[in-house]
Amino acid sequence: MNPWFVFALMTVAAVFAVLWPLGRRYPSQTGGTEASVYRDQLAEVDRDLAGGLIGAAEAEAARIEIGRRLLAASDQEAVPAAGPNHSLRRAVAIVALVVLPLAAIALYLPLGSPQLGDFPLAARSQAAPDGKQPLVNLVAQVEAHLEKNPTDARGWTVLAPVLERLGRFDDAVRAWRNAITYGGDSSERRADLGEALVGAANGVVTGDAKAEFERSVAMNPDEVKASYFLGLAAEQDGRTGDAASIWKAMLARAPPDAPWRPLVQAALTRVGGVAPALSNEAMAAAKDMNDTDRNAMVRGMVERLATRLKQNGDDVEGWLRLVRAYLVMGEREKAVMASTDARQAVGGDAERLRQLNEGLKNLGVDG
Amino acid sequence: MIAEAGHYALVLAFGLALIQSVVPIVGARRGDIALMEMARSTALAQLLFVGASFCLLTALHVTSDFSVVNVFENSHSAKPLLYKITGVWGNHEGSMLLWVSILALFGAMVAAFGTNLPVSLRANVLAVQAWVAGAFYLFILLTSNPFARIAQPPIEGRDLNPILQDIGLAVHPPMLYLGYVGFSISFSFAVAALLEGRIDAAWARWVRPWTLVAWVFLTLGIAMGSYWAYYELGWGGWWFWDPVENASLMPWLAGTALLHSALVMEKRNALKVWTILLSILTFSLSLLGTFLVRSGVLTSVHAFATDPARGVFILLILCIFIGGSLALYALRAPSLKQGGLFAPISREGALVLNNLFLTTACATVFVGTLYPLGLEVLTSEKISVGAPFFNLTFGPLFVPLLIAVPFGPLLPWKRGDLLAASQRLTAAGIAALVAIALLFAWQRGGPMLAPLAIGLAVWVIAGVLSDIAERTGLFRIPFSVSLRRARGLPRSAWGTAFAHAGLGVALIGVVCETTWNSEYIATMKPDQVARVAGYELKLEGLTQRQGPNYRETLAQFAVSLDGKSLPVMTPSKRSFTTRGMSTTEAALLTRGASQLYVSLGDASADGGIAVRIYHKPLVLLIWWGPVLMAFGGVLSLSDRRLRVGAPKPARAARALQAAE
Repeated sequence: MNPWFVFALMTVAAVFAVLWPLGRRYPSQTGGTEASVYRDQLAEVDRDLAGGLIGAAEAEAARIEIGRRLLAASDQEAVPAAGPNHSLRRAVAIVALVVLPLAAIALYLPLGSPQLGDFPLAARSQAAPDGKQPLVNLVAQVEAHLEKNPTDARGWTVLAPVLERLGRFDDAVRAWRNAITYGGDSSERRADLGEALVGAANGVVTGDAKAEFERSVAMNPDEVKASYFLGLAAEQDGRTGDAASIWKAMLARAPPDAPWRPLVQAALTRVGGVAPALSNEAMAAAKDMNDTDRNAMVRGMVERLATRLKQNGDDVEGWLRLVRAYLVMGEREKAVMASTDARQAVGGDAERLRQLNEGLKNLGVDG
Repeated sequence: MIAEAGHYALVLAFGLALIQSVVPIVGARRGDIALMEMARSTALAQLLFVGASFCLLTALHVTSDFSVVNVFENSHSAKPLLYKITGVWGNHEGSMLLWVSILALFGAMVAAFGTNLPVSLRANVLAVQAWVAGAFYLFILLTSNPFARIAQPPIEGRDLNPILQDIGLAVHPPMLYLGYVGFSISFSFAVAALLEGRIDAAWARWVRPWTLVAWVFLTLGIAMGSYWAYYELGWGGWWFWDPVENASLMPWLAGTALLHSALVMEKRNALKVWTILLSILTFSLSLLGTFLVRSGVLTSVHAFATDPARGVFILLILCIFIGGSLALYALRAPSLKQGGLFAPISREGALVLNNLFLTTACATVFVGTLYPLGLEVLTSEKISVGAPFFNLTFGPLFVPLLIAVPFGPLLPWKRGDLLAASQRLTAAGIAALVAIALLFAWQRGGPMLAPLAIGLAVWVIAGVLSDIAERTGLFRIPFSVSLRRARGLPRSAWGTAFAHAGLGVALIGVVCETTWNSEYIATMKPDQVARVAGYELKLEGLTQRQGPNYRETLAQFAVSLDGKSLPVMTPSKRSFTTRGMSTTEAALLTRGASQLYVSLGDASADGGIAVRIYHKPLVLLIWWGPVLMAFGGVLSLSDRRLRVGAPKPARAARALQAAE
């Protein structure tokens, strides 16, 4: 049905509700009056007396009091009833016929979305994959299947990587957990679960994720993914030495044609240099640059660091690096601001706060 | 189309409310009956459109149409049907829609059943009702639209907050809103009376039943909310003096006072101006409650400041309605006709005393709730005013009130005799003293206050019983005659008795639960045994289970008392994956009015689980009391007689006091 047709019907009903009272005839006396209430009360006293609920003396006292009120009310009742006011009624009719529909449409149009149809879930899941989002529909089907058969470990294992690719990391975490619960524990699955957790935390290796990688490595010390992420965790914690030794050990044990070699090597060079955030190639490139370009590159790096710290503020080393960078760039104000932010971010943890304060004192920006 | 039809219906309801808020008042001024009668048809049409809007939103939730933001944010396709429906009002937008739906319902009821009201009064009442409705429609449409859409609907919704996935959500908010919003009727009547400049007898006849309806629902709503918190939050507390709870308690206290003063007005035509003020205050407190809960000001003053649209809008509504009605009151009240006269010692006097205590109690709760907020706004210092403050202020106010409760119904209207009333309460006094003495002897060296408080409760209940015995002539005349008299007693008298007795019953529950509650908190492993208050609970094992949209860990406890085995208790912990939250489902074992309460904490690494076990003696009385009160309210409501307070004829000339 066309929505506008429905809106029109509803508007007609609303207009009718306003117009109807205008067109009716009214008896001269509608509604209750004060006197009728008192007359009802008098009758009530008589009934109570007959039923023996009140004594004769009380009934008499009540009658006298009600009678007094009744007299007073009757005096007031001579209010002249004004006749119908035709011009006023006409104005109201115009309001109902013209202003009400216009105002309703004027209010509805900016708020509503009349072009949108219904999307009930049942209709959407029955629709054939329309080519636009085939993967999403397939995932929905698999998910529906798994809701009914939650113990299907293979299903979870298939679903989880797809969910990760769709960016639904939280659901992927749940899928890997279910895969582990129903399909048994393994070092690969633990590592995959950890990876999903890292994805859910926007690339930060959280405590939960680290625990999963550690379990995975405990089961299989040669588990590549888990080892790599443990190194990354060390790097993110600022323990670059630990990170480097983890990755060096991986490369030492790896077959020469391992597909992940370049990745780990790149990571190693990232933490291996003297300037930790700057790789050798980048340094080499920087040498060839003129001053403006070099400054732009450094600034870009500092900004990236600042953004990362905004998302995950636990990293004391990172904060100190940021403050140092600002000082080197001669932006003392930003350095002071960053140190304030850092205190707020790690304020929950007394040990970290102490480390931070000491570091800041060494840099000469303690407040 | 469903969503857009619901949206448009809401817009139309707003348009109708605007017409209804102006035209009937103009009609009443000009004496044009057609314009006055328009209030009725527009009020009924408003109910039609808002009701349709609400039903359509419910349909959207049931069919999981995630193209609607409200459904996407608060629903999930795997949620059981009941929670899909209750989820409609388990969120801000939907609950505001429920609020206006109930408001429209009450307005339509006045329109439909108010045939014996004077026409101009009815027109004014409905117009005031439309002001309130219009303000809230606009609030919903502009800041909390439940029909906002998403062009590319997501596959799955975000699910409802797991704590709300409980049968409590089906009952508690509708009840509470019926109470909150029901007070809008007495508010509209009060403002209409001020607009008209007179209070007639029909006014008095109408206000009390409407107040009573609202009060019954509010009583049940608060009790239900308290029981829900008790079993869902997992640590057995039933009242936290939390601002949200206080927000519902304040209208209740003011409403209770209003109920009693409306009684005086209906029966004796006295206390009229005070009743009007109370009507305004009660609904203002309801609005305040809505503001506190809905603006987010409670979670954090700062969060409120960062997204202020909603909060500021409700605050504006609050200021306009409270300020406007109080200003109107200040302007017009002095010109209202004063009511009847009575002596200080009389039924009316007792009810004035009741009002005094209840409004003071309400004021203390008000201060305790708003002071921390005010302080945070001014100095950004965060303090919390908790149970100690309320126990120290609220408690002492309720003690004299409870002592006075049995006297009220025994005093005759207009002028009474305190001595005679006390004589008739001798038996109740003796019962209370005996109860206190027995409790002291039984518990030897325990807390001093508990036996005294229970004595007070016994005094209230025994006072109610002696009142009924007095009225039916029990023990003085043959039993069959008093039975007949008992049947002939007006139902409102029984209503009073039940409501007052409920107060005593609830007090006993509160005192027993807080004084003789015993608990056991520890980490237990399978086959360990906990002993609490004579009960033995053996943890038999932990199992996992998959629910429709959660996983749960169940613990089985074999319970036995003195070697006799009782039903198995299975508390559980549910974790909801979509929101990543978990809830505790406490297991309750009811023995009489006492309960054994087991809830689970976190599992420890070595296979144990944290367990909290409480034995709560007579805890159920806390909620049976309010249920009794509400039952009394219903009885009194079903009494369709007119109410006339028959005064005792004056025996001697006595100086009478003015009512106000």
